[in-house]
Amino acid sequence: MTKSKLGLTVLAALLCVGMIFTVPTFAAKNLTIKGSTTVLPISQACAEAFMNMHSDVNISVQGGGSGVGIASLIDGTCDIADASRPIKDKEVAKAKENGIEAYENVVALDGIAVIVHPSNPVDALSLDQIKKIYTGEISNWKDVGGKNMKITIISRDSASGTFETFNDLALDDEKVRPDALLQASNQAVAQTVSRTNGAIGYVGLGYLSSSVKGVAVDGVEPTNENVVNGSYKLARKLFMYTDGAPQGLVKAFIDYVMSEEGQELVEKTGYIPLK
Amino acid sequence: MYRIKEKIYKGIFSFLAFASLIFLVGITTTLFLEGLPVFKEVGFFDFIFGKSWYPTYEPPEFGILPLILGSLWVTFGAVLFCVPIGVGSALFINELASKRVKAVLKPIIEILAGIPSIVYGFFGMVIVAPFIQRLLGLPVGLTAFTGSLMLGIMATPTVCSISEDALSFVPRSFREASLAVGANRWQTLTKVIFPAAASGISTSIILGMSRAVGETMTVLMVTGGAAVIPHTFFQPVRPMTSTIAAEMGEAVMGGTHYNSLFAIGLILFLITLVFNVIAELISRRFRKKLGLGR
Repeated sequence: MTKSKLGLTVLAALLCVGMIFTVPTFAAKNLTIKGSTTVLPISQACAEAFMNMHSDVNISVQGGGSGVGIASLIDGTCDIADASRPIKDKEVAKAKENGIEAYENVVALDGIAVIVHPSNPVDALSLDQIKKIYTGEISNWKDVGGKNMKITIISRDSASGTFETFNDLALDDEKVRPDALLQASNQAVAQTVSRTNGAIGYVGLGYLSSSVKGVAVDGVEPTNENVVNGSYKLARKLFMYTDGAPQGLVKAFIDYVMSEEGQELVEKTGYIPLK
Repeated sequence: MYRIKEKIYKGIFSFLAFASLIFLVGITTTLFLEGLPVFKEVGFFDFIFGKSWYPTYEPPEFGILPLILGSLWVTFGAVLFCVPIGVGSALFINELASKRVKAVLKPIIEILAGIPSIVYGFFGMVIVAPFIQRLLGLPVGLTAFTGSLMLGIMATPTVCSISEDALSFVPRSFREASLAVGANRWQTLTKVIFPAAASGISTSIILGMSRAVGETMTVLMVTGGAAVIPHTFFQPVRPMTSTIAAEMGEAVMGGTHYNSLFAIGLILFLITLVFNVIAELISRRFRKKLGLGR
């Protein structure tokens, strides 16, 4: 009898102590980031590093696409909307109706290099030629100043962010010819191109290596400098939209992404840092 | 005390035995719940017999005929490799090999089954595909043929060990009777042993096929992944499994694309189910024929 009473007292005491400790966790700061799958790896990497530094912060990162992210920002269901395209006028108007002012933060740059086999004499293509090759209008290298050789088209899976970027910038959303080889990763594309004489492929600029040849697009070499100065055409800005200029926790997070450490993570995930 | 203990053990073990049933029901329910909406949205025939797979375009197209044909093409190709090698080595092990050779050969073939599929995929991508490309002068080495070859090697241990079991189940008296009436070794093998073991061997082939059709990582890496209806063995294809693996990570949860990947899984599940039912039926007949009961 006395034993069980003692047990109860101990239990009650433990509960009290537990409550004291759990209260601050309940008040923990939450941050929801939603949007573009292209920006997702950056948000993910930065969120993990940020949470390691601030154990009381909980960041939830979700994909869904740029449109979904911006729609959630407008609904007020996320704090930061990742987007791989600028916000549309229509969306800005809709946000205003809901009393939300979409504020643009450019966090990184994304560039895509078009690659061919090192033995291929072609080292420059126009954007128009790239589009014609991928949609099937041009199917032999001799039509773009190369050898008489069939073009083997390597693309990314149509659900990937790199594909989305390429589709948007180079193909104007036209369909890639159905017999294109679809590879599951940037490395797999580079690997296949490096082993196939007549191949053309595309990878994130971070994945360019000596085993493949990056071609100049509209006369501009695919380098980080050319992306930063805006002359390389297969490149775009990546955004994190917030409600008004970032404040509090949102500001702390965006500042982290823009910091030297954050921009290093940007580079590590295969994108181009702003500086 | 003893009684209670026994009951507890019985309870634990019957729970463990029925655990697989719980998993099966759970997985099947999920496949149906997530997959069926597609048939309503896209239409059953447009889904199964549609010729273009463009799930992320606007408007999207969800036709999985190229994917189904890709899977079947690669699987039947694999049969062409694994049946001669698997059945051939089973016959050799059972009929011709000395005890010492048998003791070495059997474990070696079984080690093949233990190699992770990603290793097969990597080997196929880095070594076999470029070799085939050079050998046959193809524009690219990632083809249905390369996938068939790799899957054939992977399915060989399944075919070999089940065939070997089937051959060793043939009662000694069959062989002795055959030799006693004056048949030579070859005649005994082709006219008596092989027919007696035939349904067991068929079972092994079908199980090998269901192993091949469900294989994911290897085909994702070596078949190229072009969603076109294949016309020859030497062009890239996109099997159902690799489509699910490549796209599931990026499909929007709850969207038509997401559901259609589950529906592909459902169809794949039905295909392997049919294979396994056929294998079970054949092996039952086999046991009856040899008088092994059940």
